[in-house]
Amino acid sequence: MIAAHRKQPLWFAFALHRVSGLLLALFLPAHFYVLGLALKGEAALDGFVAWTDNPMVKLAETMLVFLLAVHMFGGLRVMALEMLPWSARQKTFAAAAAAGAFGVACCFLLGAL
Amino acid sequence: MASDETIDVEIWQGDAGGGDYRAYTVPAQRSQTVLDVVTWVQQNVEPDLTYRFACRVGMCGSCAMNVNGKPRWTCRTHVSNAGDGPLRIAPLRNLPVIKDLVCDMTEFFDKWVGAGGVFKPSATRDDPMPAIDPTMTERAAASEAIECINCAICYSACDAVAQNDAYFGPAALNRSWSLINDVRDAGKTERLTAAAGIGGCFNCHSQQGCASHCPNLLNPTLSIAGLKRAAVKAKVRGEI
Repeated sequence: MIAAHRKQPLWFAFALHRVSGLLLALFLPAHFYVLGLALKGEAALDGFVAWTDNPMVKLAETMLVFLLAVHMFGGLRVMALEMLPWSARQKTFAAAAAAGAFGVACCFLLGAL
Repeated sequence: MASDETIDVEIWQGDAGGGDYRAYTVPAQRSQTVLDVVTWVQQNVEPDLTYRFACRVGMCGSCAMNVNGKPRWTCRTHVSNAGDGPLRIAPLRNLPVIKDLVCDMTEFFDKWVGAGGVFKPSATRDDPMPAIDPTMTERAAASEAIECINCAICYSACDAVAQNDAYFGPAALNRSWSLINDVRDAGKTERLTAAAGIGGCFNCHSQQGCASHCPNLLNPTLSIAGLKRAAVKAKVRGEI
């Protein structure tokens, strides 16, 4: 349940940025684990890479790419908001960040299929 | 039960120790405001219902309340625009309640002063009146922030205020920004130091709830972003 005073587009942009950041932080240990597999030898990493050919893993990777892209575009939006001359098009920038991230994720998925 | 002739309303009553909503049925009228509803209940049903208002025309900023979960100026909020379902009226969020719908504004104005909200003159009354060009950049920036009526609606809408007791809040920082753009002001360095310090502009998360709720259509986030830019520049130059 979202409180009534938060129901405005730029709060949702804030929430998306915050949630994507937290989820990426949760992903980091898994990322370092996979990198660590390379230290155990070629076979360990190749085994994992073969596992990622699973379509469900590709779908999860697409979600991950979306999170990365939306957090990056959202961060650029906040930096522009705070450090560049003010623009009245704040909602447009937030929508563009989300749309851009969706586009990047779709491109990844199309490439993976 | 509400009909075309009546309105169902719930009004929070209590004090700093706690309270609850009480339900009333109020006669409906054309162009009825939320303040009209509260006044009807106070005058006809609940004589000790406590609320604050003065001008009734959106000038004084004293009648702000939480209406169906959103901070609004009740004298300019028509019941028909207050949202769906029964009308629910509560005191402003983020401020201590004195009684019923009246909040203690002390911390709001203390923070207003703490963020550098008091003008420091650069001339005396004996000096000639300075000419301010209305087209100059500083005056245009001040004009965007200057119409604040200190209703505390932005303060009530702000999640950063709710999560951080030290944060000055949007209204105080908006005031600070309007003075930083006042060419007559002699306290810019102290003001910027206060506005960028503990409780200052860098606590803002840019959620922009202040701008979306401001009844005067001001944009405190714009002012706070201006303070952030000015503070970074001043820090790089060693001025603060």
